[in-house]
Amino acid sequence: MINTKDILETIQMIREENLDIRTITMGISLWDCVSDDPGRLCNNIYEKLTRKAERLVSVGKDIETKYGIPIVNKRISVTPISLVGGKSSPEDYLKIAKTLQKASDELGVNFIGGFSALVQKGMTEGAKNLISIIPEALTETRNLCSSVNVASTKAGINMDAIALMGKTIKRAAYLTKDDNSIACAKLVVFANAPEDNPFMAGAFCGVGEPDAVINVGVSGPGVVASAVKRAGNCDLSELADVIKKTAFKITRVGQLVASEAAKELGVPFGIVDLSLAPTPAVGDSVAHVLEEMGLERCGCHGTTAALAMLNDAVKKGGVMASSHVGGLSGAFIPVSEDAGMIAAAECGVLTLEKLEAMTAVCSVGLDMIAIPGDTSEEVIDGIIADEISIGVVNTKTTAVRVIPAYGKKAGDRVEFGGLLGYAPVMPVKTESPARLIARGGRIPAPIHSLKN
Amino acid sequence: MKAVITVTGKDTVGIIAEVAGVCAKHSVNILDITQSVLDEYFAMIMLTEIDKLNVGFAEFANELSELGRSKNLDIHAMHEDIFNTMHHI
Repeated sequence: MINTKDILETIQMIREENLDIRTITMGISLWDCVSDDPGRLCNNIYEKLTRKAERLVSVGKDIETKYGIPIVNKRISVTPISLVGGKSSPEDYLKIAKTLQKASDELGVNFIGGFSALVQKGMTEGAKNLISIIPEALTETRNLCSSVNVASTKAGINMDAIALMGKTIKRAAYLTKDDNSIACAKLVVFANAPEDNPFMAGAFCGVGEPDAVINVGVSGPGVVASAVKRAGNCDLSELADVIKKTAFKITRVGQLVASEAAKELGVPFGIVDLSLAPTPAVGDSVAHVLEEMGLERCGCHGTTAALAMLNDAVKKGGVMASSHVGGLSGAFIPVSEDAGMIAAAECGVLTLEKLEAMTAVCSVGLDMIAIPGDTSEEVIDGIIADEISIGVVNTKTTAVRVIPAYGKKAGDRVEFGGLLGYAPVMPVKTESPARLIARGGRIPAPIHSLKN
Repeated sequence: MKAVITVTGKDTVGIIAEVAGVCAKHSVNILDITQSVLDEYFAMIMLTEIDKLNVGFAEFANELSELGRSKNLDIHAMHEDIFNTMHHI
């Protein structure tokens, strides 16, 4: 029997604490679209996407109404395009990008991810061609997202690929200079990229995934912040329990929505990504959870410890709530998408170095960080290499999504709008790692014994 | 199958009658009503059975939201599963 207290708690979470389902993402395999004729390849892709995901948006809306919970995004992720594009030329890859945009328009989805390449150990011609055209692809489309996996714990770090990514990010920033270098917000560089991630910009449908699959990403930093506030001055063991219980409830909703969507669409359920994904809205901030835990300001000393506990408790609570957990799972710390992070960065407490340390204990990585437009390619390569090393050595996913905002300098502000929010331009060290980057080659895979 | 209808807003005459009217029109049986009024603020939770619902659930929920908007109230119908999955293991 449902009791009044439970009903009111759920309603309060949804209406006042911004509980929502952040995304239903349909992973669609494009293996059966492969063709040696670029035109036919595009037609096959368009046909398959519009057939498989035809009802995605309408089913999402029906579930929203049925359970009274907002489902903010309906998205698609596809097989990394460099794998199905094969020998395509850069121009052909651009045509594929536009085909993906066309399918996204037809279906009414918010984002389509998978303009991606997996180059952790080396690059095929196809991957090279795809990467070379990423800036144009992201400039000439609106909803397309791109990611490149440049390292893994088993393969090590492909420094040649990282060198290419610094160049790619700079050019993407330049090509969209009149639009706050927005193309960079749709491009992620990964280590250990998950194959079933429903969140953008890094979503793609991995090589071991079925023909189509439903992955769901939950949200709810506001709910956790309120629960922590209500817990008052309890000790940290008790606080971890409060967070676990809250994460359990949030994830249960994700599980419910995921299984319902899978059933309605006749597609297997993949995973629930049990993440705390913030938005720029007031009361939907991971930084505010950390501050509620007892920090004067996110980014001060103690932040890494608080985040480590938060991240772990979210996972522990969420794991039992879902039959399959995957994706990025953990707390996200995108600067521009989190009101508390923005405030902490603006007052100088939250720095790039602290963010890097925080990524060692939470999911994702340096995310949605605006840096000065004149930052050199090599410095961006260095930022990527540092962050990627944390993931490779610690056997976890890390990623970099930085925006060298064209024409902006440290202290300026960049507006992206919508869920992407706005970001203060953060200072970076300008001393060059160019010699290190220019060496090229690979950083060997790390040893997994003799741990210190 | 059951659904929970929640109504919140400023108290006016006939709120329950209006909501019950929509339920009756669509063959929705009311099982239980809890309501309270605090300083002119009205909050009602109605537990209903929707097995014989004669329209789609989305349409029923939208009609109630629409009624809420016209009366300056916040009315939501939500399937019981969201409460069961969140609060029961």
